[in-house]
Amino acid sequence: MAQDEQQVLSGLAEIVNEETGVDAADVQPDKSFTEDLDIDSLSMMTIVVNAEEKFGVTIPDDEVKNLTTVGDAVKYIQTAQG
Amino acid sequence: MGLLEGKKLLVTGVLMDSSIAFHVARLAQQEGAEVVLTSFGRTMKITRTISRRLPTTPEVVELDVTSTDDLDSLADRLREHVDGLDGVLHSIGFAPPGAFNFLEGTWEDASTALQASAYSLKALAVAALPLMHEKSSLVGLTFDAQFAWPVYDWMGVAKAAFESTNRYLARDLGPRGVRCNLVAAGPVRTTAAKSIPGFETFENTWGERAPLGWDVRDAEPAARACVALMSDWFPATTGEIVHVDGGVHAMGQ
Repeated sequence: MAQDEQQVLSGLAEIVNEETGVDAADVQPDKSFTEDLDIDSLSMMTIVVNAEEKFGVTIPDDEVKNLTTVGDAVKYIQTAQG
Repeated sequence: MGLLEGKKLLVTGVLMDSSIAFHVARLAQQEGAEVVLTSFGRTMKITRTISRRLPTTPEVVELDVTSTDDLDSLADRLREHVDGLDGVLHSIGFAPPGAFNFLEGTWEDASTALQASAYSLKALAVAALPLMHEKSSLVGLTFDAQFAWPVYDWMGVAKAAFESTNRYLARDLGPRGVRCNLVAAGPVRTTAAKSIPGFETFENTWGERAPLGWDVRDAEPAARACVALMSDWFPATTGEIVHVDGGVHAMGQ
């Protein structure tokens, strides 16, 4: 079932925190994964794979490069959940 | 009965579910094999998560093929999960970004690529050998090293060394009944491929040159060939390179 924006954001923040140690409160929609949160490509892959499991969606590799900010990812996950 | 019924395989190189090795593990399980995966360092976590997408969730053991400690202890650590091996898949390659510029690449770039991508075939074979039964099969993945390709550069040189390593392994492991073969796959859009700058230049031309056509998103043809080579249906084949490239290797212009 589709989750609201806040639910997806907090779920994603939990995954980011677990992988990188970044404070979940810092994982906000306007933050860039690479520029602001300093997440490298390997961590990003881990986050994507875990997000797929957690939210029951598929995030194709080709799509990942379009997910610049946390907000982009939240939006993608919500749309994919339908 | 499945093609690999009752066989036990060690499969390296499962990172994402786009990995050729993931499809080898999947098809091998479907064909009746028991599979153990390897991964290392920070990729362990991704491999473990992805491994749950296989028909049966396999064990994942740590193996950095450039670590002597990991290699020396591999057989003992594998014995905790399997009592022997009938097949090993080598699907490992690494080159630093500098290796993808042929004239500028340093020896450090080149030697890193050679160790991780070519010498590692011998290193893995020797590490797994104590568990390998007679009639077992080692299979690796190459990208046809007869030619100089765009952008592949020192990785191409490493693949040439890899292909030669396969022939020497065939010579030295043959008397023990172990077969060593490679699959030269056409370009498949995996994580490894996407890390090669300019990979698209392969993607765009391959399908046009291949008499059978070629889908860069489909890892299954290469994976099927690996499974076939690990089966009992190539009992007298070793030191070979099977091209799974839509036929490109056989064409002129």
